[in-house]
Amino acid sequence: MSKTTGNTRTGFYICHCGTNIAGTVDVEKVVDYVSKLPNVVVAKHYKYMCSDPGQEMIQKDIRDQNLNRLVVAACSPFLHERTFRNVASQAGLNQFFFQMVNTREQNAWVHLDALASTEKAIDLARSAIFRVAFHKPLEQKKVPIHPGVLVVGGGIAGIHASLTLANAGKKVFLVEREPTIGGHMAMFDKTFPTLDCAACILTPKMSSVKNHPNITMWTYSEIESVDGYVGNFKVNVKKKPRYIIEDLCVGCLDCIDACVYKEPRFFDEFNQGLSKRKPVYIPFPQATPQLVVIDPETCIDFKSNKCKKTCVDVCERKAIDLNQQPEHKEIEVGTIIVATGFKPFDASGVPYYGYGVYPNVYTALEVERLINASGPTSGEVVMRDGSRPEKIAIIHCVGSRDKNTNLWCSRVCCLYSLKLAHLLKEHTHADIYNFYIDIRTPGKMMEEFYYRMAEEGTKFIRGRVADIYPDLTDEVHRRLIVKAEDTLISEIIKVPVDMVVLSTGLEPRADANDVRRMFNITCSTEGFFIERHPKLAPVNTFTDGIFLAGCCQGPKDIPDTVAQAGAAAAEALALIDSGFIELEPNTAFVVEVDCSGCKSCVPLCPYSAISYQEDKKKAYINEALCKGCGTCVASCPSGSIKQNLFEDEEIYSEIDGILNYTNIYEVSECC
Amino acid sequence: MPDKPKIAMYWCASCGGCEESVVDLAEDILFVLDNVDIIFWPVALDFKKSDVEKYKDVEIVASLINGAIRSTEQEEMVRLLRKKSKVIIAYGACAQLGGIPALANEFQKEEILRYVYEEAPSAVNPDKKRPQAQFKDDDRETELPELWDTVRTLEQVIDVDYYLPGCPPSSKLLKEAVLVLLSGILPSKGTVLAPDLALCEECPRKDTKPTDLSFTEFKRPNMHNIDPEKCILSQGFICIGPATRSGCGAMCIEGNMPCTGCYGPTSRVKDQGAKILSSITSNISGKTEKEIDAILEGIPDPVGTFYRYGMAGSLLRKKVDF
Repeated sequence: MSKTTGNTRTGFYICHCGTNIAGTVDVEKVVDYVSKLPNVVVAKHYKYMCSDPGQEMIQKDIRDQNLNRLVVAACSPFLHERTFRNVASQAGLNQFFFQMVNTREQNAWVHLDALASTEKAIDLARSAIFRVAFHKPLEQKKVPIHPGVLVVGGGIAGIHASLTLANAGKKVFLVEREPTIGGHMAMFDKTFPTLDCAACILTPKMSSVKNHPNITMWTYSEIESVDGYVGNFKVNVKKKPRYIIEDLCVGCLDCIDACVYKEPRFFDEFNQGLSKRKPVYIPFPQATPQLVVIDPETCIDFKSNKCKKTCVDVCERKAIDLNQQPEHKEIEVGTIIVATGFKPFDASGVPYYGYGVYPNVYTALEVERLINASGPTSGEVVMRDGSRPEKIAIIHCVGSRDKNTNLWCSRVCCLYSLKLAHLLKEHTHADIYNFYIDIRTPGKMMEEFYYRMAEEGTKFIRGRVADIYPDLTDEVHRRLIVKAEDTLISEIIKVPVDMVVLSTGLEPRADANDVRRMFNITCSTEGFFIERHPKLAPVNTFTDGIFLAGCCQGPKDIPDTVAQAGAAAAEALALIDSGFIELEPNTAFVVEVDCSGCKSCVPLCPYSAISYQEDKKKAYINEALCKGCGTCVASCPSGSIKQNLFEDEEIYSEIDGILNYTNIYEVSECC
Repeated sequence: MPDKPKIAMYWCASCGGCEESVVDLAEDILFVLDNVDIIFWPVALDFKKSDVEKYKDVEIVASLINGAIRSTEQEEMVRLLRKKSKVIIAYGACAQLGGIPALANEFQKEEILRYVYEEAPSAVNPDKKRPQAQFKDDDRETELPELWDTVRTLEQVIDVDYYLPGCPPSSKLLKEAVLVLLSGILPSKGTVLAPDLALCEECPRKDTKPTDLSFTEFKRPNMHNIDPEKCILSQGFICIGPATRSGCGAMCIEGNMPCTGCYGPTSRVKDQGAKILSSITSNISGKTEKEIDAILEGIPDPVGTFYRYGMAGSLLRKKVDF
């Protein structure tokens, strides 16, 4: 401590956080101990330090007691570091003469032993008090925010966020991996609980996106890299070749008719394979943009180069270009909304339900297509074997609430199962059996919807289905037996049905981890992206300027997705309209007189912020590019690079403070 | 000449090179002898411990002590010199940082003694006799110095005022240090009497160092020729220069050998070995663990390479067996 200059006067404050901290940590004992440490002028505890009275108490002390250092032991800095920095600066103290101690998330919440937890709080407090003495006054740099926004994913979340932002006058880049926007919602027939037609409410929005002057929509495109930071992201987008010149194609679809394949032969992704498509196709009639796409995996010309190319010949506008190459775009945006959606659970992961084995076992998404007027059967529920079902079982929680697959509740399955029960009944007049664990119908008009379904005569059986197998005794119907325990009557029941619908749960996308890495955001163990705070920052991520919307953050229904997309757009707008961001001053700098010009640091910087000055023969760090990662600081062989807020003496004094262990019960005797 | 300032020189765990470096002053030694009285210098002059004991406390202006401290005798002598001297200068890499002897801290005392007295190919010791602190023969009783388990730097044993780095310190630095002492205007305590910039600053090959080293292999000077024009590190030979204090005049580089780090770290670095290790290995081109391992095979003795002179004074200090 002797190396600090001037008279260090530190104020220490520990927050009870109601009983969150004080319930475990003996805050009075911490204050008692800390008040005896060198340089500590004031040590206090208070019920809610972040509240107005708490903040005012600190500010009064700073003024009255002439404090020049501030340490607050409370929650995570993520939550309130800014709050207390403001407290310091409003009281006339440079905000970086402050150090926060996390004694809630990293202490009180994770320990049961009150004594050990109190000792830990003391160690952490002492560490911060030692460290803060070496803090220097720093200034935050302001950087303008680029007003453009990148929206990743063109499902309902991405569509709604894009439109909100574009309507507010912001330039939006909407990037969608598939050939059309619309996402999963475009595949649905009707939506619960209002039963309005998904296409009727979605397609107008899709068309608005396409026609909006502020939206640049790139479908069949993927993000290749993201560099930069909040306000100033540089994004590389790869537009995959459609083999169609977009500006020339008018969506007349003549090329599809002209294809050398007279009949469609290939798996139709949009219809879940319930129908076939040709190598040149449009995903669905209302696809946006109205552009065909040629699939090089199935097109003869790509396979053998021996196709007659009838599609090229028929196109009067010469829009087909079979030599098209990927196009790479670099854009600059200030904020990013990640709305990459979900993947339905692969029903073959529960083998005893026979999906892929028995043709009349369907997934919910397949049934959505089957009952859709623009689907493969034009809305007729005709099964794979050509028959029409008279008895249908809908099985809830397939790939949800199951420790063998996914532990989480997918939130939407109960309600879409009810919806499918209604629609199937409407289309087929069949007997419908819903096998459920619990019926979960929270939300506006949802429970009412459940009652309505029950009144319509859908049968509800409370029990997880154990097995599905063919009824070998009934050669005529060749039905499937659904075996389950009806837990309300404690009996094993076997229900013969014609059709089984598996209500599959929602999963993170298979490449969620790659996306996470690319955008430098975090995801939970199951793979859903993590919001900055589950209650108070539900659409923010831990990376400033990157926001989440829709099911990539966790399963949710359309209303919640749209609400979240709106919130993400609002957060992005708030950031853009503030005009600039204040950068953390934790940048590194070369102490020029000490630098020997060994150049070791230059190639290590991940942000290319370091250059070698040929005239001075010294290294130089561009502060605007430095992100404060500390790589160069750690590796500078002569110790000539320093980093604000992480100078050696700050770190060493912090370590000294942690290791300077004192038994709290001996303090009173020795002091 | 009773008025000349008194200077003492002493050696501990060292090779004698530091003593040699005094002689390297050549004709300048005459200037030194004109201005100071060397009252204790076991390697060259026949004085005894009792001669030192006769001086009053702090009567000796300066004691230049070289070598690391690893025995009870060395401890006893440096404590005595500390008591009698106004200024203590840790002279050379061993006194400053532990030097080559401190590589013994990679082992336990028992391992070292067992090897030297029993297992070494040259050892003939059927009775497995070991050195003992007490020895009794008839009525004669003798006490011998005892080896410590840990090799220490001088400042880990006594209070040190200044440091002269190097293995050995260059005669230029020694001359400058003597001039400083004679001037009476002493630098602040703890100063290392050498420039505080890394060796690259004065390296004649500085301009040939590329910005991106991107090591694909490491070579050793005993197995490959070194291009005498180009930065040695850029050729894949480990050169500790970027992490080593300058002041030697880049002598090894002039002799077409890489810097091995004897001048120790700059004042801003606590652990020279960790710094150069971090710097060099961060510049390895390999991406997968396998590729990296293959490249690192070119450094068969990392401790001896990166901590050749600095083990005792580093954060590592000593290997501990649990």
